[in-house]
Amino acid sequence: MAALSKHWKKIALVVVFVISLFVPVFVQNDYFLGIIILGYVWAIATYGLNILLGYTGQLSLGHAGFFGIGAYTVGVLTVNYEFPFWPSLLLAAIASSVLGFLIGIFALRTRNEYFAIFTLGVGFVIYLVIERWEGLTGGALGLIGVPYPEGIGPIQFDGPESIYYLILGFLILTIYIAWSIANSLVGRSFMAIRNSEELAAATGINVGRAKQLAFAISTGIAGLAGGLYATYIGFLGPAIVNVPTTFEILLYLLVGGMGSLSGPLVGAFLVTTLFQFLQQFEAYRLVILGPIVVILIIFFPKGLAGLWAALETRIKAMRGKGEMSGDAGASEEPAKEEAK
Amino acid sequence: MELFLQQLVNAIALGSVYSLAALGLTLVFGVLRIPNLAHGALYMIGAYVTYFALTSYGIPYIVAIGISAAVLALIGVIVERLVFHPLRNAPHTHHLIAAVGVLFFLQSGAQVLWGSEFREMPSPFTGIVNVFGLNIGQQRLVVIFASILVMVALYLFLKKTVPGQTIEAIEQDRTGASLVGIDANRVSMMTFAISAALAAIAASLVAPINLVFPTMGEALNLKVFAIIILGGLGSIPGAIVGGFALALAEVFSSTYISNAFSEAIGFLFLLVVLAVRPTGLFSKGA
Amino acid sequence: MLLKTENLGITFGGLKAVNEVDFEVERGTVAAIIGPNGAGKSTFFNLMSGFHKPTTGTVTLDGENLTNLPAHKTVRSGMARTFQTTNLFMEDTVLDNLIVGHRVRTKSNFFDAIFRTPRLRREEKESRERAMEALEFAGVDRLANRTVGSISQEAQKRVSIALALATDPKILLLDEPAAGVNNEETEGLATLIRKLVEHDYTVCLVEHKMSMVMGLADKIMVLHHGEKIAEGAPKEVASNEAVIEAYLGAGEEEDA
Repeated sequence: MAALSKHWKKIALVVVFVISLFVPVFVQNDYFLGIIILGYVWAIATYGLNILLGYTGQLSLGHAGFFGIGAYTVGVLTVNYEFPFWPSLLLAAIASSVLGFLIGIFALRTRNEYFAIFTLGVGFVIYLVIERWEGLTGGALGLIGVPYPEGIGPIQFDGPESIYYLILGFLILTIYIAWSIANSLVGRSFMAIRNSEELAAATGINVGRAKQLAFAISTGIAGLAGGLYATYIGFLGPAIVNVPTTFEILLYLLVGGMGSLSGPLVGAFLVTTLFQFLQQFEAYRLVILGPIVVILIIFFPKGLAGLWAALETRIKAMRGKGEMSGDAGASEEPAKEEAK
Repeated sequence: MELFLQQLVNAIALGSVYSLAALGLTLVFGVLRIPNLAHGALYMIGAYVTYFALTSYGIPYIVAIGISAAVLALIGVIVERLVFHPLRNAPHTHHLIAAVGVLFFLQSGAQVLWGSEFREMPSPFTGIVNVFGLNIGQQRLVVIFASILVMVALYLFLKKTVPGQTIEAIEQDRTGASLVGIDANRVSMMTFAISAALAAIAASLVAPINLVFPTMGEALNLKVFAIIILGGLGSIPGAIVGGFALALAEVFSSTYISNAFSEAIGFLFLLVVLAVRPTGLFSKGA
Repeated sequence: MLLKTENLGITFGGLKAVNEVDFEVERGTVAAIIGPNGAGKSTFFNLMSGFHKPTTGTVTLDGENLTNLPAHKTVRSGMARTFQTTNLFMEDTVLDNLIVGHRVRTKSNFFDAIFRTPRLRREEKESRERAMEALEFAGVDRLANRTVGSISQEAQKRVSIALALATDPKILLLDEPAAGVNNEETEGLATLIRKLVEHDYTVCLVEHKMSMVMGLADKIMVLHHGEKIAEGAPKEVASNEAVIEAYLGAGEEEDA
């Protein structure tokens, strides 16, 4: 039975992948394709937050700041210095990751609420610097004309379709990174910290260093997402770096499910596309989202992924009863490893 | 010298507003261990309630502030019951996230209901008083005196009345307080009511100087967090000292250095302090 | 001597929570630390295992100086510990809780994870095997796939001992291993501790239940107000007047 559900998961994965490959064929409208592309970009950023919050249990409220570091690294290098895109994107991920690592040295001395508020302060200072450093970032007017990436060999990035595949590629890379962390001893160390810092230290995990690593990976992925955002949108303004963006990424993660592998994709994709399609309600966006956040965190803190897992367990339990299989616990296990 | 004194008065007025708002936030944290990120939104709603009481119903300014405090106290209780009470045993990250949800709701709700334009709040105190050769706006004096009055009232309430003492008891020793039979539910609601009322008073006092708009609480939100972290989360004297300290730093850096720097100074200070002392300046140790 | 402390002490805000305690545990024995509530037993554990930095004295394990090492490094040096509240992750399976126990003996890093290196695969396998062995040793291997939340309190205690075992320790510090379990189960846990010693582990425990300690420990140290007031074989300690007085004096607080 468990083997069967594993089998189905693989099939579902392949189906989703094939659909994602054909999206530009079905979606001929550039506007809709753009919405999907943006959904992917936010999903990547959400994966970054998930590594820190979902796996390691540390709430950073400065995530948008690191997204901004990535976005503006690409923006400033390509627009002001006419640097090629690819090395700029690489630098964007490295810069935000290194900055995250350095800030982490101090930020991670604080714990719990203090960490959240410290990172909130970090995010806000990054925003202020970007908004005020007009010579570099264009200030409130922003940067205009961030170019599409240069072509690689025969592949040209000259329109939404090719950008779609580019960003899909990075999304898959990000999901792979998240998966390989979750399914490794590194990820187990993170999760042990989320569960109990004390017990983690007592089992020999260097808690400080593991958190630092999680923070650097998380900010690096945020920076990558920012860089991709810059090239796709072509325009950067400081608002995207400000605190509300962090809150939105947090919302995506919460809807999808903290600590799950599919959560960031499902949450980011669902929420961003849903609200784009319901644009006449734009003004009501957050009026509706606010209570949803509260309801989710109270009743379904693990989001849609958690709901799904609960549903699965229930179905299994029902089937288990039907078959009168003795040890209910034993049949639960192998599927679980995969689900992480 | 005159500029200095003038700015000193401005800083004291700003500091009293910061202190009032920070007191509310620090109370909720000290008693309930909830970092209420929605505090700035409650502050903003408080300003709107006073504004409409004044302009739509012609209620006198001081009475309008009282009404606003009462309305916000009620909203505070509702938020406590609906949002934070169900989460009382959840991990701290859940509190923060729920508070973000409340913040989304209140801020965008205000935007939908009242539009995003800036509104000017009329106050009867428009004159200018000459004190020792300094020209000071009446409203600033009202802000300072009203704030001091409210702080004294809060102090007396916490120290001299039975309900106030239950709040202090829980703040100091949670398990001990529940052992002597203090009703934690009532204290939670009361704390939220006071916290929101303080935010409403702070906002209503400063609104005639600063304007009323849906995102007016955003910057303040971050600032009051900076203040109570500097002062030690949950510390009442810390919130007051921190409020004035931040106001002084902001006003004088904007006068003598630059505006942009003055906006960032609170946060830079916050980051430096936390980097050196991860639990705040006046915390009672980890 | 496997474990040795000299003058080990800590001051909290002027108060000597643990006052210059000399203590030794011989290899392959069970040592117990007892004392009334607030005597400083858990603090003493925290000092030995690096959770608190001592203000005075030294800790030595197997000749290696562990004083001032952070907690995770004491584990690497062979000191494993459990907590009164087991702190296990209730929603995960027993096995998933245990696998990370061997992490301290592995070297895989972020890049191993991303590139799925042979080292990562080998170490994952090792960790899994070591976890199963430890569970088997603790007599809870058949619960490996159950969630921690669904197994009994006693089983959780056994799992937390197994977790300590998975770190390949020389000595296990057990903080009230029998707190919150009934008498029969306590006897079962005592048997497990004896089995540990038979397999050349060394055990040091803090315990409230005198009955358990008396039948189990080779040696007992009594702490009172942070000071060592007695030390010796169980019988000697039980008849020691200072000990009796300390326990009677603090009798009323016993249950708190």
